[in-house]
Amino acid sequence: MARLALATLLAAALFAACAPAGAEELRPYTVVGDAIPQPLTGTKGDVVRGRTLIVERSSTCILCHSGPFPEQAFQGDLAPNLTGSGSRWSEGQLRLRLVDAAQLNAVTIMPSYYRVDGLTRVGASWRGKPILSAEQIEDILAYLVTLRN
Amino acid sequence: MRIAACIALLTAVASTALAAEIPQAERRSGYSFMSPDTKAMQDEDTANPGMLFVLDGEALWQRKAGTANKACADCHSDARISMKGVAAHYPAFEKALGKPVDLEARINLCRTNHQQASPFAYESHELLALTAYVAQQSRGMPIATGDDPKLAPFVEKGHALFMQRQGQLNLGCTNCHDDSWDKKLAGSAITQGQPTGYPLYRLEWQSLGSLQRRLRACITGIRAQAYDYGKPELVELELYLMTRARGMPVETPAVRP
Ligand code: HEC
Ligand code: HEC
Repeated sequence: MARLALATLLAAALFAACAPAGAEELRPYTVVGDAIPQPLTGTKGDVVRGRTLIVERSSTCILCHSGPFPEQAFQGDLAPNLTGSGSRWSEGQLRLRLVDAAQLNAVTIMPSYYRVDGLTRVGASWRGKPILSAEQIEDILAYLVTLRN
Repeated sequence: MRIAACIALLTAVASTALAAEIPQAERRSGYSFMSPDTKAMQDEDTANPGMLFVLDGEALWQRKAGTANKACADCHSDARISMKGVAAHYPAFEKALGKPVDLEARINLCRTNHQQASPFAYESHELLALTAYVAQQSRGMPIATGDDPKLAPFVEKGHALFMQRQGQLNLGCTNCHDDSWDKKLAGSAITQGQPTGYPLYRLEWQSLGSLQRRLRACITGIRAQAYDYGKPELVELELYLMTRARGMPVETPAVRP
């Protein structure tokens, strides 16, 4: 019994190592044109949580972007200001941009927030996980679409 | 498949197009991006915390060690003469190992081979102090790493690592340090990532630290797996960075935010 359990465990570990890491955790989505029209989750994102998340260091957004975040002393200037994103782009367009911006611009420096394949030498603590969860992406999107000018 | 191949091709074309090396006249040390206060700290030896390490290094240079009971000074005499310009040529090709070694590894080779002492640990106070003392003898001299043709394949490997996208954030060193050095990442100036001042005193670390420590920090920053200290990949990156900085003056011990 113990041997069997060990073998199963080993097999599971091997499988995890060989399968596209964590791929099964990602929810499927459909790209239509330059957008992902359908939410990644069943429930709507939360604007307040999205605002909180976007300025958190761990989400990495304002390392590169600036935006309407007057209380944030340190914002990046590697990328467009996020003010007005909701006027320039539809929710679906913004969703694809967050999920996998490389599908829109192969040489972009904007990371793909909901992708685990095609990456090189990902550190052990991040391996097999997307940068943001589906829920976090929907929260950020709920906030981004409110940025109208 | 076709699309993937197209993207790969486009990426390759674009990265060669963007990744022109920074021309000699535009090479800028991290120093030039700093506030006047931090610059002053580097400029004045009495205010530069790195100088305390240099002083400790000078003492270690004279101290006998190992079963051979020899000091560095017993073989190399006065470092101010024998070590002048040495750091400006590192990493250098080490025949016995068939690969490049950086200054820290060279010092440890002297410890094991000539002093018959145990090597110092990476980032130990002793190794940083001795490295800073040796490198300080080249202060102001132009970096001249890479003349030895045997280094060429290793420079090429370092260059490839510098260009490669990696980590969960999928960024290459080149994306920040060639393409975006005039920009800011959150609050910090990105800088050209020039290796001119190492080991250097970083205010954020509250300590002296090696170039390998800095490289590991950038690698972890893009959420890639950091190479262990002393791994060939880190030495190859150091080597490429030093050839990329040729002609720039050595600043050791520099100060950085
Ligand atoms: C490493 C840099 C980087 C990071 C981190 C980053 N972005 Fe971007 N982003 C860019 C760049 C560069 C563009 C410009 C378009 C391009 O290159 O594809 C962009 C474009 C955008 C756009 C479209 C802007 C417009 O109006 O044209 C949005 C919206 C956006 N990013 C949101 C985000 C959010 C939200 C996050 C965090 C979850 C984020 N970005 C993280 C670099 C980054
Ligand atoms: C997302 C941006 C980014 C990426 C990618 C990146 N770095 Fe950096 N790097 C920085 C920032 C920001 C600093 C800090 C500047 C400072 O305050 O000294 C820095 C500092 C450095 C320094 C120190 C410069 C000095 O003046 O002391 C070196 C060397 C360096 N990086 C090399 C690398 C290498 C090699 C890689 C790839 C393995 C890399 N960086 C990847 C942003 C980046």
